[in-house]
Amino acid sequence: MTAILIQGGHLVDPSTGMDERRDLYIRDGRVAALELPGKLNALAKKERAKIVDATGMVVAPGLVDIHVHLREPGQAYKETIASGTQAAAAGGFTSVCAMPNTSPVNDSPETTRWMQAADRHAAVHVFPIAAATLGSRGEAVADYKSLQAAGAVAVSDDGKPILDDSIMLEALAQAARVGLPVIQHAEDTRVTQGASMNAGALAFSLGLRGMSVDAESGIVERDIELLARLRKSDPASRAHLHVAHLSTAKALEAVRRAKHSGLRVTCEVAPHHFALTQAAIGDYNTDAKMNPPLRSEEDRLALIGGIVDGTVDAIATDHAPHALHEKEQEFERAPNGIIGLETALGLSLLVLHRQHRMPLTRVLALLSSQPAQVLHLKHRGSLAVGSFADVVLFRPNDDWQFRASESKSKSRNTPFDGWKLPGRIQMTMSEGRIVHDVRLSTK
Amino acid sequence: MAPFCHRSGTMLNGSMPIKRKTAANKAGRKTHAAKIAGNGAGNGHSSSIRPLLALEVSPSISPRNKIAIPQFHGSAATGFLHPGSAISVSHFSVEDVDRILTEASELEAMPVARRALCYAKRRVALLFYESSTRTRTSFELAAKSLGADTALVSALSSSIEKGESLKDTGITLRSLGAECIILRHPNSGAPYLLARSTGLPILNAGDGSHEHPSQALLDLRTILAHLPPSARTAVKQNHSIHDRVLQGVTVTIVGDILHSRVARSNALLLPKLGARVVFCGPQVLLPEYAAAIGPGVEIERNFERALKQSNVVMMLRIQKERLAGLEIDLEEYIEQYQLHKQRLAAFAPAAIILHPGPVIRGLEIASEITDGPNSAIAEQVYHGSIIRMALLARALDAYPKRNEHSSKRR
Repeated sequence: MTAILIQGGHLVDPSTGMDERRDLYIRDGRVAALELPGKLNALAKKERAKIVDATGMVVAPGLVDIHVHLREPGQAYKETIASGTQAAAAGGFTSVCAMPNTSPVNDSPETTRWMQAADRHAAVHVFPIAAATLGSRGEAVADYKSLQAAGAVAVSDDGKPILDDSIMLEALAQAARVGLPVIQHAEDTRVTQGASMNAGALAFSLGLRGMSVDAESGIVERDIELLARLRKSDPASRAHLHVAHLSTAKALEAVRRAKHSGLRVTCEVAPHHFALTQAAIGDYNTDAKMNPPLRSEEDRLALIGGIVDGTVDAIATDHAPHALHEKEQEFERAPNGIIGLETALGLSLLVLHRQHRMPLTRVLALLSSQPAQVLHLKHRGSLAVGSFADVVLFRPNDDWQFRASESKSKSRNTPFDGWKLPGRIQMTMSEGRIVHDVRLSTK
Repeated sequence: MAPFCHRSGTMLNGSMPIKRKTAANKAGRKTHAAKIAGNGAGNGHSSSIRPLLALEVSPSISPRNKIAIPQFHGSAATGFLHPGSAISVSHFSVEDVDRILTEASELEAMPVARRALCYAKRRVALLFYESSTRTRTSFELAAKSLGADTALVSALSSSIEKGESLKDTGITLRSLGAECIILRHPNSGAPYLLARSTGLPILNAGDGSHEHPSQALLDLRTILAHLPPSARTAVKQNHSIHDRVLQGVTVTIVGDILHSRVARSNALLLPKLGARVVFCGPQVLLPEYAAAIGPGVEIERNFERALKQSNVVMMLRIQKERLAGLEIDLEEYIEQYQLHKQRLAAFAPAAIILHPGPVIRGLEIASEITDGPNSAIAEQVYHGSIIRMALLARALDAYPKRNEHSSKRR
């Protein structure tokens, strides 16, 4: 593999605290060297390295998304691993963790391996998340050891929360034995039947059944309690609960308390939950329908508070592609979810960096080093020498307009069409390969 | 992105300079189509996904071969709400309400034979995904009394049963010449989808638990007819409805507010005209946040206290089909919320009683009230047909006229 020199850029690497002008040298898909500007020119000349001019750009670790739906196997009309990872590359992501609610449900080492096969033509690295229970039916835990050996990085029944206490307890205990986190979609589905948005006055006005805040926080609190019980019986337990797409102030508070008490609980927040409120539903816009639903302004601000104070560990997109005809239905019948890979960086920069003054390096930490840490993705989300050469180059102050019609995803379901966002992505590299180059894609 | 999406709808809604009535009629198809082409370009959407019917074909064939091609108004891609639509009363200004009621009175006063020429052979489709007696019949008779042709499509006897989407059903009806669609649907918000998919004026005949605008307007007309004589004369003389016409009037809506589209439409409409609306019912059917629907709406859980303040009492049916898991002790409900003779006599002897129907006698309301002197329930049905004529006239006036022979009145 040829070497690459990325020169003239401003290197921001939250994993090492680097925030300075540096040239970056890549060889054999790994970060080979980091030096002051110009210091690597001789080496590059000697090795005939490809030169990438990053003047005026931020050079950062490729972003890590620990919550995406790539729809393969089984729903290739919505998205494929190839198209989804191209969208990831266009959005600066170089590692994506694919949820198991595919068809069939990914509860086997075979499917887990199939998803990672070269035939899938993934543009960036795909880490499968396997089902926590067989068929995600919530009845019997899957074989975590073989799933982990096949490459699974976590277990989850995303979309179908584990409600049964004993099953959840067993999942946490079994997963801990092989060092896998259990990711819970926290929703008490016993009380959210037929609900299609956040409960409250707006749902009443629209005549829609609402999903209460308690339906989320109740499960988060229950899971934390189970985790505490597990630690009591076995203080050495490595059980790790990760709360997916946390959307309410109340659930956030539960996580905050659990962290203070030393429990191993992490959580993620999706960009749409800190960028939008339920008001985006307007006249029944199905592109503003997701699960968890868009919440109130108080919840949105609480989430931003949790991001700022460090309670939130990661930003994850919950990228959920759906075909046009599926979203073009009656609001209550339309499926949940939006695509999010290409807007995550822009929305994070807009809301967290520009509006709430979070330092760039902290925003990038939530999108790279921290999510990599949550799921123990080694040598990802970092530009330290020896790491995978997963790199994103972007112009932080260059605003651009997101157009759904130009998305690399197979689907177009997004409420952010036409939004002006900061941080134009110039180039994405996955293990030293250029997988997205704005100069090529605009020509 | 395809041309039918909601986003273009949101962008265009309100900014579309389509004028109602004559301007739209004269401008006709050409302008309409041109505007739509402009929309597509403006949004930068390629038309890669086109509807099955390539409507642009018709103009090129029609003049040369002189084949009578049905007139399609506008290409498929519209994405805006037609101004002749009545989807939510929140879209109505006081002036709109005044215009609708004035039109209603004019049509009411018109000789039947002349009325039947107003919209002769105009095409109106009734698309009913839910069962209905009075609303469907009322709209159908209203359309017929204006001379329009009607076609009824109900979910159980159509391709809807085979899985056809609301969008495709709407496009099919439009291709068949429908100029206005009256929609009853179990899902809240469905009329917006139909309006954006077809570009036609949509009259909402009840969508889920959302709204029922024609019901609120007919309730309003019924209430106005029962105002004290002095107030009524004032309304007649000025010939106009204004934002204080119902000042001092308290309308109590009782029962299953949570699932009632009638309650929502009335709560949004009546306070616009100065009325006070009181919601009354148990917690499970009336959440606290219901009062936030708009100004002039309050909650009083005690039925008798609510009755004491009421000039108008609107009783609602418990919508068993929408309860989905909610549990109600009917005996207790009857005990606390049934309107019966003694209660009415003791607390609101002069109030008029409304009910949108269907009435479940012996549950929310006792038989002697339904049939008693305070009841205006039968009158409501009468006003319904008048109001629906006005809404149809409003929709068809706003829609480019497709038939040369249909004579315009006035």
